Amino acid sequence: MLYREAGDFKTTYREDNQTFPIRFDRIAYYTTVAAAFAVVPFFINDYWANAVFVPFLIYAIAALGLNILTGYAGQVSLGTGGFMAVGAYACYKLMTAFPEMSMVLNVLLAGLVTAGVGVLFGLPSLRIKGFYLAVATLAAQFFLVWLFNKVPWFYNNSASGQITAPERTFLGQFVTGAQTSASAKYLFCLAFVFVLALVARNLTRGTTGRKWMAIRDMDIAAEIIGVNPLTTKLSAFAVSSFYIGVAGALFFSVYLGAAEVGESFGIQKSFLILFMVIIGGLGSIFGSFAGAAFLVLLPVLLKNVLVGTLGWPTDLAAHIELMIVGALIIIFLIVEPHGLAQLWRLTKEKLRLWPFPH
Amino acid sequence: MPDQLVYAMEVTLNGLMAGVMYSLVALGFVLIFKASGIFNYAQGVLALFAALTLVGLQQGQVPFAHLINAVFGTDLHHFGWHLPAVVAIALTAGVMVLMAIAVEKLVLKHLVNQAPIILFMATIGLAYFLEGFGDVMWGADIKKLDVGLPQGISETIESVTADWFGYGFFIDNLDIVATVVAVALVTALTVFSQYSKQGRALRAVADDHQAALSVGISLRFIWVLVWSIAGFVALVAGIMWGTKSGVQFSLSLIALKALPVLMLGGFTSIPGAIVGGLIIGVGEKLFEFSIGPMIGGATENWFAYMLALLFLVFRPQGLFGERIIERV
Repeated sequence: MLYREAGDFKTTYREDNQTFPIRFDRIAYYTTVAAAFAVVPFFINDYWANAVFVPFLIYAIAALGLNILTGYAGQVSLGTGGFMAVGAYACYKLMTAFPEMSMVLNVLLAGLVTAGVGVLFGLPSLRIKGFYLAVATLAAQFFLVWLFNKVPWFYNNSASGQITAPERTFLGQFVTGAQTSASAKYLFCLAFVFVLALVARNLTRGTTGRKWMAIRDMDIAAEIIGVNPLTTKLSAFAVSSFYIGVAGALFFSVYLGAAEVGESFGIQKSFLILFMVIIGGLGSIFGSFAGAAFLVLLPVLLKNVLVGTLGWPTDLAAHIELMIVGALIIIFLIVEPHGLAQLWRLTKEKLRLWPFPH
Repeated sequence: MPDQLVYAMEVTLNGLMAGVMYSLVALGFVLIFKASGIFNYAQGVLALFAALTLVGLQQGQVPFAHLINAVFGTDLHHFGWHLPAVVAIALTAGVMVLMAIAVEKLVLKHLVNQAPIILFMATIGLAYFLEGFGDVMWGADIKKLDVGLPQGISETIESVTADWFGYGFFIDNLDIVATVVAVALVTALTVFSQYSKQGRALRAVADDHQAALSVGISLRFIWVLVWSIAGFVALVAGIMWGTKSGVQFSLSLIALKALPVLMLGGFTSIPGAIVGGLIIGVGEKLFEFSIGPMIGGATENWFAYMLALLFLVFRPQGLFGERIIERV
């Protein structure tokens, strides 16, 4: 009854091509955005910001980035953690070298630096693919983590080897450092998510995205019909790394405040983001959000249930969580290889026919 | 003989020994990849799980003690017996076979005809699951594994080399044992796959699933068989690595080290796994020895990957791998 395109007449090409062709979708989208910007900031407190909202938003950016590379362009990457580290360290160097510079600019520049590094490590993708490429990106992961550990210039020779975000403001509000309010953190990340998701959505709908998908579906065939593999693969690496770099910069400066590279950006992080993309749905913008939300909420939920309610020890809960995540990955791959996004799509198809299916 | 050269020789020898250890893990990968086209990321965790089970059985730990205690408020930990090493190894091998059957029934059966990359991700999921499962079953603390393998510096080699070069080489006894075991394992596997009926069936499946099916080979049996063998190889690798550095989570990370080994040697070649392992082992030790001190050390973390990465750019199929031919 609600979810119908009947009566929703498109009279221009522009309307026909809009992102959400169905009115109900559009309304839902605008409502969500409005609520996210205008309602949540008034109710958010430190616990919710630190445990749920801020990590969700940041992981969503990272998942978007990886989804562009793996889901849309078909290049599997296990180097996400390393690229996030590039973003974080670039942001740190910028923050400390130019104290006057705007935080937004810092984060964007950190993204650009990561894009450059991503292209560099994406070069082998022109020769190798599949697992081989996945392993090549592992090289990036381990090399970058080692580099940030061993070269003191990156962490400004600090004795602990950690990087700590200095206090920076944006529009008169603290966005990094100890004095930051929950709503400032949240809004700062949300703004990035909003713009980046919009860009990602439109990139993947346009020529660029179609080229990526052509390369993903069959690179040789794509090359024959005139898609240049060099620019296509490298642009996927560049855009994806930009997103991941921005996520890394925010993760360090806004969320963590202080980071040690092996711990915050290790191989586990790469897998976490990959899982978000798989569970959420390969090749779907909505899926990146769904996957990020799922894997951010699951540990919080399990912790509350197992430790809070049942009173089990935390380490046991952590092991059970590993089992559940692993099992979920397998179940998703078996039952629904396209992830939560596909489930959502199927639900919508059902809704359109409800209550009178053929 | 100049000192540097002697040191370099010692480093090379140690690298060869370390390479054998990598090869042991890589071998498990190659077996599964050849027979089912699955790149089994969980191989390292299989080794960890096997080692955990072995220690648990040997020391008579109560499985799931932690979980049972948490749920029922009891205080179980040990049955109070100590199994001899041989019995424990045999039992663990049995557990690995059960695991192979479970993996086939619960995971692989449902993923037939999926893209290789989906299967790869499924094994990542499997790795996570097993990691959690092993910890819940046997506890996550670092355990000491001792099945009676010789350990410590080999004095024979030290005194012999001291006579020859005037400098005694330090070589771990365990590494020598590992080398012997690896050679025996490879020989046994080669004989098995070349001369036994099941081995031939296995190679047929590796060549072409459908053709193998059409001449009456049971795919599912072969898969269980292959995963059992891989489980057994994992057990051997787990024993070696567990004795060397204790049974702990980092054991599962050796699987990642096996990846560059495979890329060098080629995913489909058993000799490739061995040669690749040796090259990586020697390469990373020599690099750390010669260049490492100049750039801050701990280069072992990434050298293998970088070597494999550079190598792949020139020869994508690896040293011994089958040529990759693509058709549209």
